[in-house]
Amino acid sequence: MVELSLPKNSQIKPGKTHKAAPGAKNIRNFKVYRYDPDTGENPRVDTYEVDMDACGPMVLDGLLKIKDEMDQTLTLRRSCREGICGSCAMNIDGRNTLACLKPIEECSGDVKVYPLPHMPVIKDLVPDLTQVYAQYESIEPWMKADTPAPPNGERMQSPEERAKLDGLWECILCFCCSTSCPSYWWNGDRYLGPAILLQAARWINDSRDEATGERLDNLEDPFRLYRCHTIMNCTQTCPKGLNPAKAIADIKMKMVERQG
Amino acid sequence: MASSHSSLRSPLGRVRGLGSAKEGVHHWWAQRVTAVALVPLIVWFVWSILSMADANFVEFTNWLYDPLNATLMILFIVAAFHHAQLGLQVVIEDYVSGHGLRIASILLVKLLCAGLGALAVVSILIVTFGG
Ligand code: SF4
Ligand code: SF4
Ligand code: FES
Repeated sequence: MVELSLPKNSQIKPGKTHKAAPGAKNIRNFKVYRYDPDTGENPRVDTYEVDMDACGPMVLDGLLKIKDEMDQTLTLRRSCREGICGSCAMNIDGRNTLACLKPIEECSGDVKVYPLPHMPVIKDLVPDLTQVYAQYESIEPWMKADTPAPPNGERMQSPEERAKLDGLWECILCFCCSTSCPSYWWNGDRYLGPAILLQAARWINDSRDEATGERLDNLEDPFRLYRCHTIMNCTQTCPKGLNPAKAIADIKMKMVERQG
Repeated sequence: MASSHSSLRSPLGRVRGLGSAKEGVHHWWAQRVTAVALVPLIVWFVWSILSMADANFVEFTNWLYDPLNATLMILFIVAAFHHAQLGLQVVIEDYVSGHGLRIASILLVKLLCAGLGALAVVSILIVTFGG
């Protein structure tokens, strides 16, 4: 049934305040979610006074400054710092986005930083992505073809066929969309969620792939696909400007199309 | 994320679960079709009721005696209850996570909608034919 009260260890307690170095004039407060399962303590929100005169423009710059100069225990994922690896996805100022692409300036008031919603938290800003990676694997995201590749190994596509992959191939699997989707929150164990369905669409729309029907078969399910109710949170939040809701609608149309 | 972390089944095995139901497109399509059908039917229904706002019982039954009105009325009832039943099923699937309870509530809703819809249709037929 619906859980009306939150589990005890999800209640967030007020945390510590880390002062900026004396002399800092341009201070911005970062309020950061902290959780360490090893301590057995409840999560808390720590406040960091960040000296903006000595900090880069993006939220990731602020977080790394905190980690480097104020509190080394702060745990987060990041790699490319230019919106291409998808590791720094988190909830900033109430919205799922990439910390490396989000300007601190765009945040209203304190910079509030939480992990991606509704995922188990490994530590601080690091969510457990085991399930969503398994869901990715379950759609078999690789080319399937019985026709042997031509001698030069290159399977040809017309420019029009190639264009069908635009808006799909750019996805960096950051899961901002899936973790913003209420349907994924309630039924994430069976619903594949927008990120994975957009990836599925990427293979369904690939003219070189020969397993389109099999892929549709595997998606036709009240939970895997049809939990999407076109709430559109996914499209609103995608930091790469993609439209998972449309990709899902396209899959649903293909399901109808093959009926007759 | 109710997935039991105590289970030693692999994450992929858990995600694949019992496999795809290979079902869902008919439900989704029926929801769309009944929704589209209901648009003109509701307009017709509301317009008819409003234009008979101060009709008495006899005038009302006479109205329903007309084959066109009776047909549209039956279509309205069937579309409305079918649509309601499909929609409620989705709501239950969304929010009721226990398997047994989910199946039981879906069954209950379907039976209720079928029963109430049949009752409405039979009542219309009695007025139309029984006079
Ligand atoms: S459109 Fe579908 S996938 Fe996107 S947020 Fe809504 S329910 Fe989730
Ligand atoms: S669709 Fe956008 S939000 Fe979703 S995983 Fe891909 S890049 Fe991230
Ligand atoms: S660090 Fe790679 S996307 Fe932000």
